[in-house]
Amino acid sequence: MSHEPQAHTDYWRANLRILAGLLALWFTVSFGFGILLVEPLNSIRIPGTGFKLGFWFAQQGSIYAFVLIIFYYVRRMNRLDREHGVQED
Amino acid sequence: MSVREWTYAIVVVSFALYIGIAIWAKAKTTKDFYVAGADVSPLANGMATAADWMSAASFLGMAGIIAFAGYDGSVYLMGWTGGYVLLALLLAPYLRKFGKFTVPDFIGDRYYSQSARIVAVFCAIFVSFTYVAGQMRGVGIVFSRFLEVPVTTGVLIGMAIVFFYAVLGGMKGITYTQVAQYCVLIFAYLVPAIFISIMITGNPIPQLGFGGQVAGGEWLLDKLDGLHQELGFAAYTEGSKAMLDVFCITAALMVGTAGLPHVIIRFYTVPKVRDARISVGWALLFISILYTTAPAVAVFARTNLIQEVEGRAYSAEAGTAEPVPAWFKTWEGTDLIAWRDKNNDGLVQYRAGAPFAGKPSFVEATGDHGERLVANEKTDNENELYVDRDIMVLANPEIAQLPAWVIGLVAAGALAAALSTAAGLLLVVSSAISHDLLKRALRPDITEKGELRAARISAAVAVTVAGVLGIYPPDYVAAVVAFAFGLAASSFFPAIIMGIFSRRMNRQGAITGMVCGIIFTASYIIYFKFMDSGPGSQDRWWWGISPEGIGAVGMVLNFAVALTISKLTPPPPQAVQDMVDSIRVPSASRTEA
Repeated sequence: MSHEPQAHTDYWRANLRILAGLLALWFTVSFGFGILLVEPLNSIRIPGTGFKLGFWFAQQGSIYAFVLIIFYYVRRMNRLDREHGVQED
Repeated sequence: MSVREWTYAIVVVSFALYIGIAIWAKAKTTKDFYVAGADVSPLANGMATAADWMSAASFLGMAGIIAFAGYDGSVYLMGWTGGYVLLALLLAPYLRKFGKFTVPDFIGDRYYSQSARIVAVFCAIFVSFTYVAGQMRGVGIVFSRFLEVPVTTGVLIGMAIVFFYAVLGGMKGITYTQVAQYCVLIFAYLVPAIFISIMITGNPIPQLGFGGQVAGGEWLLDKLDGLHQELGFAAYTEGSKAMLDVFCITAALMVGTAGLPHVIIRFYTVPKVRDARISVGWALLFISILYTTAPAVAVFARTNLIQEVEGRAYSAEAGTAEPVPAWFKTWEGTDLIAWRDKNNDGLVQYRAGAPFAGKPSFVEATGDHGERLVANEKTDNENELYVDRDIMVLANPEIAQLPAWVIGLVAAGALAAALSTAAGLLLVVSSAISHDLLKRALRPDITEKGELRAARISAAVAVTVAGVLGIYPPDYVAAVVAFAFGLAASSFFPAIIMGIFSRRMNRQGAITGMVCGIIFTASYIIYFKFMDSGPGSQDRWWWGISPEGIGAVGMVLNFAVALTISKLTPPPPQAVQDMVDSIRVPSASRTEA
């Protein structure tokens, strides 16, 4: 059992890296595209629709991205748990 | 069948279903009562969370708020969904690993302090009651509008239903009724939205429809922007709030969502850490079905409203203009629409700005065209029309001339949304009293049976208090919603995050941080909502941040104070640091030992 603390530290570091990447994405699609960059993005139209891109991110796109981020996270973490042998049962 | 008969039939059937489920899912132990035995499937928990989360305000109010705020309404869409990313990534799996039953449990154990536990208990109770008053009121209002019974009777019926399944079934009863309530509410929301989307844009998917074309080939959103500019409103897709304020409100709502006890507590109900993760995913997926439909409904409703009302004659005989549609007068009859003919031409003139000061107070008299007169002092702008935001969802089926059963369905959906949220909140209150206060603080030697009885009694008391708040709503209910989110954002969220992600965070840091965050946020909200809320107070907001957004600043303050103080004081005991290590890893042995 003496190797456990080191294994857990590695697991935790890998976990933090995944979190940092996904939170950066979370921030970009909502605060970035939906708020801070909304005006420049609004000069672009999504082809074939009446949506201005910034407005679409604020009212639709960010929400779809949130769902995808969580489902990706779940898959990635289940894999990480197995890689580090810390999965439940 | 008439609208009323349909409504009665659908509401009675749905209530019978909820009661049937409650009898089937009776709680036998405190674990059943607090966390549904911790064996709810992730999918069912996701649905229950979605129903728990989406309140009467989401169901009835949100599309209306967005319809009137346009782009600015995005803060609610992003804020109330983005918080789930934080929950999934930063809170749910670790709190599930921690086990136990409540948020104060975690705060109290992690910061090895009874006073931290008590502070958390009172925050949880305050936040939950703030919320629940609005839900019970919502039940009453839906009853009175659709079934024509007094609001008080409606609240009493709602209380009886919630009493039955919350007191009997606890979390277990609540969870399984919420699954049924989710199905009712989402179906009721989508049916009219799909009909209207087809009607206006020819596309059955509302999420795509509002980016589509109207008859004539113009993009719907361009058309709405054009209508807005003609009438003097800001362009619908651009909004008018300052960017920093939009940023802060979104952040406060996201973080507040992730810190609300009735949401967090749901992730204690699944069997494992990996179930907690996926269950947040399901919850957000189910929530996003409604939240991506709402902005579409908002655009449809807003366009319809302007087109069918602006420039129309109030009564048929007033000249050549087409008269307003029938629903206009129906809703005028329920105080939600008011028209004041400022220029005496008999035509409804809809422009930017309030037509008169405040909400309409109708007098017992009618004007030249038969309109109900109001006593309010008129404003000097050209706008003659007052429209309550809530009618957007309620009036949609009528505006779209949908069959009577759809209207009955919307009523049942609104009731499902209000009841499910109320039940979830009441459970937080009852577990805070019977578990955190009684078992963990005052009488640790209480028996399992005694605690279960105490939980039932406190649930019963909480239902009663919530009902009273619903019948006699305090004036400030609308204003204190900012409180619930601001408080959750500036107290619970940082304390829990640091409890998981900083092994070094100690009692002194966490408590000082929470106290500073709460005091700062609460004083700002109280000052600008109650003491300096008149015209011009916006110019005195710090950095232009509204009281709704100040929770974001409170959160930053909490983090900063806590980290500084913890650096200057001794680290937490070894046992606590070991606990932090163990909640970070799904399989480690501490909780199984």
